[in-house]
Amino acid sequence: MQCLGIVVRQRVALAAVAAALAAGCGGAGADRPRLTISAAASLTEALTRCSQGFTPAEVRLSFAGSDELAAQIRQGARVDVFAAANTKLPDQLHAAGRVGRPRAFATNRLVLAVPSGSRIHAIGDLTRPGTSLVIGAAGVPVGDYTRAVLARVPAAQRRAILARVRSEEPDVKGVVGKLTQGAADAGFVYASDVTAADGRVRAIELPARLQPTVTYGAAVVTGSTHAALARRYLDGLVSGPCAAALRRAGFGPPGAAPRRAGRVATTGAAPGAPATR
Amino acid sequence: MTRGRWFSLLAALALAAALALLALPLLALLLQTSPAALGRSLGEPSARDALWLSLRTTTIALAVILAVGTPAAWLLATQRFRGRAVVVTLVELPLVLPPAVAGIALLATFGRDGLLGGAVDVVFTTPAVVIAVTFVAAPFYVRGAQAAFAAVDRTLLEASRTLGAGEARTFAAVAVPAALPGLVAGGALALGRALGEFGATLMFAGSLQGVTQTVPLAVYSRLATNFDEAVALSVVLVAASAAILAAVKLVRDAGG
Repeated sequence: MQCLGIVVRQRVALAAVAAALAAGCGGAGADRPRLTISAAASLTEALTRCSQGFTPAEVRLSFAGSDELAAQIRQGARVDVFAAANTKLPDQLHAAGRVGRPRAFATNRLVLAVPSGSRIHAIGDLTRPGTSLVIGAAGVPVGDYTRAVLARVPAAQRRAILARVRSEEPDVKGVVGKLTQGAADAGFVYASDVTAADGRVRAIELPARLQPTVTYGAAVVTGSTHAALARRYLDGLVSGPCAAALRRAGFGPPGAAPRRAGRVATTGAAPGAPATR
Repeated sequence: MTRGRWFSLLAALALAAALALLALPLLALLLQTSPAALGRSLGEPSARDALWLSLRTTTIALAVILAVGTPAAWLLATQRFRGRAVVVTLVELPLVLPPAVAGIALLATFGRDGLLGGAVDVVFTTPAVVIAVTFVAAPFYVRGAQAAFAAVDRTLLEASRTLGAGEARTFAAVAVPAALPGLVAGGALALGRALGEFGATLMFAGSLQGVTQTVPLAVYSRLATNFDEAVALSVVLVAASAAILAAVKLVRDAGG
């Protein structure tokens, strides 16, 4: 039985239930082991699509902000694979012994997303009075990348842009949601999120000198009861059906990130945040 | 051993299991912190902003709920009219509505592209928090108040009217004092629900420190970046909720 279980937060729980019903998910696939993947919110569409084809196991996907998923794993959440929207969080978890060696599996670009029909055409337009901007919270990968972009614009313009921030969302889908609901005028999201939004938002490319290196890292979680299967799933992320799905969804191959602007240290993590507990 | 004692034992076991499930997480939460760490975390500007915002928004929401909900509940409790069942269902619907649905509904109403045509674009503002909180918490009060008014002795109301008091005077001088314990209990439950409101607020008002980031949103946002502060704010919410419930119990015992 091709049955894809999806664990999501309340926000999209209804959609998930609908999807599960549509997929005719009755009982669990008793004969197949269950693999739980904690994945960055920006991977929602691509991984939902390709994980159905992962025949050795019944794949359950749990999407949220990478930082939240990392916190769950630090608290001992029993998941098999952690796929994050940066390399910092998997590296930190690896150093803490919580996951195996991380592998880069995709790249992405940060873009400025606006509702289709918006009069905003460049990052400079954000400073217009009355503009409402939504960004990711600090500590969430998309929020850290956004701060890295803003760190490279002149200080006066940066202050003017930050003064337009009306909400700091816990994950990138929260930013996209505020745009598609017509609540906000602009938000910094990944290029793949614009693809996923199906024409409801438009992407404004950032100048190359502002573009951060957005590399996605994944690792097998220490103590996974299906470590071999988890490694196979991970292989499929790097090169396989899921890699293909990621390319179709607008993600770049690992190592192909625009490096013009150099590597971005995703700063903004809380000072003194405990590594464990 | 008789059958009755068997059942008592079973019930005691069930209670112990329920207590373990309900109390262990709270105990675990308290064990995550110490008084010193609690004080330090709550002294952070972001924590203080969240606490102050929650206090302000829930106070305003509660005032609105009491002012509008009390006469509305009185009407529902005392009048029989066509479509009353529909009205009662509508009023109580937010009790069982998922907060995320409430958030979308509020966006569809008060959002820029919403039903009200953006005439009142409150999204991302503190008033949006008050609206979200009022929406989800009001039914708790209206329901309780309606039951309290319905339980008021009819003869008291009749006596008031016979003695020449108008409908307004009867309501204010007889019905409200008689129903007060129930009204307070309903208000406390609404306050508790308001303090904990999360989903509708995040969707409708967003999350920005000092503007829309109430305590539950701050807990969520600090989970990964500042666990100590998330725990400290959680402890405050637990303490506030416990105090509210204790107050309800005191009022009920005094009134019962």
